[in-house]
Amino acid sequence: MRSVKTILLPAILLIALTGYVNAQCKAFAKRECLPKLISYTHDGNYHAAILVEGEEAELYKTFYSDMDYRVSIVGDEKLPDIEFRVLDSNKNVLYSNKDKNYSNTWDFKLQSSQQLKFIIKVPSATRSGQTPVNGCVAIMFGFKLKR
Amino acid sequence: MNKQLRIGSGIGIGIVLLLGVCLLTDCKGGKKAPQEDLEVDVKDKEAILQDIRQAEKIFQALPSPLESAMLIKSAGARFEEKLLNPVSAVKNYVTNKAMALNLGIYTCDLSFASLYEQTQLLIDYMNAAKKMADGLGILKAIEQEDIDRLEENINNSEVIMDIVSQTFMNSNSYLEDNGQPATAAIVLTGGWIEGLYISTQLVDMNDFNGNKLVGRIIDQKLSIDILINLLNGSKGNAAVDEIILEVTRLKNVFDKIKIDTTPVRPEYDPESKSTVLKSEIKTDMTPEVFMELSEIVKEIRNSFVI
Repeated sequence: MRSVKTILLPAILLIALTGYVNAQCKAFAKRECLPKLISYTHDGNYHAAILVEGEEAELYKTFYSDMDYRVSIVGDEKLPDIEFRVLDSNKNVLYSNKDKNYSNTWDFKLQSSQQLKFIIKVPSATRSGQTPVNGCVAIMFGFKLKR
Repeated sequence: MNKQLRIGSGIGIGIVLLLGVCLLTDCKGGKKAPQEDLEVDVKDKEAILQDIRQAEKIFQALPSPLESAMLIKSAGARFEEKLLNPVSAVKNYVTNKAMALNLGIYTCDLSFASLYEQTQLLIDYMNAAKKMADGLGILKAIEQEDIDRLEENINNSEVIMDIVSQTFMNSNSYLEDNGQPATAAIVLTGGWIEGLYISTQLVDMNDFNGNKLVGRIIDQKLSIDILINLLNGSKGNAAVDEIILEVTRLKNVFDKIKIDTTPVRPEYDPESKSTVLKSEIKTDMTPEVFMELSEIVKEIRNSFVI
């Protein structure tokens, strides 16, 4: 019985903390990611999570030919610079922020509507034996009618 | 492994490490374990972290109701109030599924009303969306001060769009953060179906060929798999399973539409300081396929608003 308590109590406490951590992540997204969409209208969707160094996330979204877009991808300051690549449906790389000094925004528009895939990576900067760092990464899209 | 990205993986790691420590120390609760027993072997820890890293995290991003409404307007469509779900219907929605679907539907309707500067309607629909969000227990999604701010800025379209976008973000982030991804997916489905319903109803069949709105409807074929993947992330939830069946009928019609795209060429445009993704597209949707699509969308949407 004591063993069960040893496992469950801290686990319950940690799960209870999840809500708090998620709320922190949302606050981070609103504070750090959203303002970078300035002059674009945020689409209202929310994509954010806590990622560990070395971890990757993928995002699929359709973009339309009538719009100008800005993506803002921002990681917690504890994390190394976030890398992201944008691929078309044939897996051709269309953009990599690694070539743009890890810029956390990208402005783009499309001649014809396309589904694009975003690969977001937290590079690993931790030496062997050290615990990898984790932190919030937020991804937000803004749009405006094409000029 | 496909897993919707919503959990704080840092906490996940904490739990895994904690349980790992517990298992390695034989979980001797009560007795203070010797210090050396508490140290997790670095190799084991690395292996645990490696497993976590391999857990693929995937976001399926549907167009938001605001984006759907903007696409309809940009295609030159007119505003028709009769196409919106009447706000008087709010009292009919008592189940979580109905409230979630209609939160998406009312958000799309309010976005549509806001883009066409239908000021009174906009406030009515914001109130309807608030009732749905409140019914779902979504705290602080739409507060009275948002509605007051809306009324104060009723002629400022930029502020209105910001409020609409922010209230929608409050809803979906609350649901994601509080372990309700199925409800979040249902809200998005409601909004997407409403956008598709309004678009299909606004197409003038006498002006079918070259109609910009028809082009936007064809574009939704690119999002149907995203929608199905999003819903599949909550498969097993009875409400989601029912919706998957309906959306699959829609996919079967979308599959009859052909879209051919040439390879995408990114070109930087120094004038706008943005990248232009250049490609040509050829699509093929007959009026018959459009009518079939339109009928199924109407059937599904009407089943959502009953």
